[in-house]
Amino acid sequence: MAELFFFLTAIVAIAGAIGVVALRNPFFSVLALVCHLLALAGLFLLLRAEFVAFAQVIVYAGAVMVLYVFVVGYIGGTAEQLKAWDGPSHRGIAIVFAALVFVELAIAILGSSLKALGTDGAAYEPGFGSPAQIGELLLTRFLFVFEAASLLLLIAAVGAVVLARRRGGIHDEPQRVAVSDFLLPPGVGTMAEAVGGPDGRPNPTLTPRREEPAELEGGQR
Amino acid sequence: MTIEWYLVVSALIFCIGAAGVLTRRNPLVILLCLELMLNAGNLALIAFSRMWGNGDGQVFAIVVMVVAACEVVIGLGLIVALYRRRLPIDVDDLRELHG
Repeated sequence: MAELFFFLTAIVAIAGAIGVVALRNPFFSVLALVCHLLALAGLFLLLRAEFVAFAQVIVYAGAVMVLYVFVVGYIGGTAEQLKAWDGPSHRGIAIVFAALVFVELAIAILGSSLKALGTDGAAYEPGFGSPAQIGELLLTRFLFVFEAASLLLLIAAVGAVVLARRRGGIHDEPQRVAVSDFLLPPGVGTMAEAVGGPDGRPNPTLTPRREEPAELEGGQR
Repeated sequence: MTIEWYLVVSALIFCIGAAGVLTRRNPLVILLCLELMLNAGNLALIAFSRMWGNGDGQVFAIVVMVVAACEVVIGLGLIVALYRRRLPIDVDDLRELHG
């Protein structure tokens, strides 16, 4: 029974992964990733990691994927168009590279001297992978990691707000803010305004240009 | 099932994700493929956690999920900022840092 469930979930997980890579429309890629994550949660359950499996379903397949779907809906899922230089050769090199990485990983797994790799794992003890055990580990042994993760999440949230706000994360021209803007609001009759106009910049109609002869400048006034 | 099977599945998912990062050009799909690779790492971590009967690997997997969530948020924020500036959503056209 466990073998059947393993092969079912593993095949769905790998098919979902291939779907993410192969489907042209990003929206369908996101849906394939949701299928992949659900199947992966099944594999986690088989490995008796209950808490991680449920966190995977709720946080990943729920929250993060909803964020993806929103962004795909905002951008508009446009299928990629093929380009001239990006022919089958580029794709072939990438697939050959991935296959080589897989061969290397398989050699590393099969050639490992870890005797426990060929077993079903350590003897199961009640409470393994439960929220109680994870919580105890997080709050005792991995307390620093826990706090660092919370700080990282805060930084990421602030960064996302800064990047995606209404004005755009990357300004075309940086806004200039000076102390004199607050001390001397426009229209108070300073010497700078008399010379340069109300915004403090040199007035192009008043300042004499160097190329123009002097009598023309006088005639304009 | 023995632990080796889980590790082989993990390696396969990792390689599929790597191939996706190399071949796709839409940054959204590249982020999805990065998720695939991180999840393959998670599966290996949890398989080893089961192998030793130790919960440390599961805590590590949760931390990996936190980091993946942060990466997704920043990446999607960048994509939305690109879209607002009417830049092409294509990593081959965004080559100003290419030199």
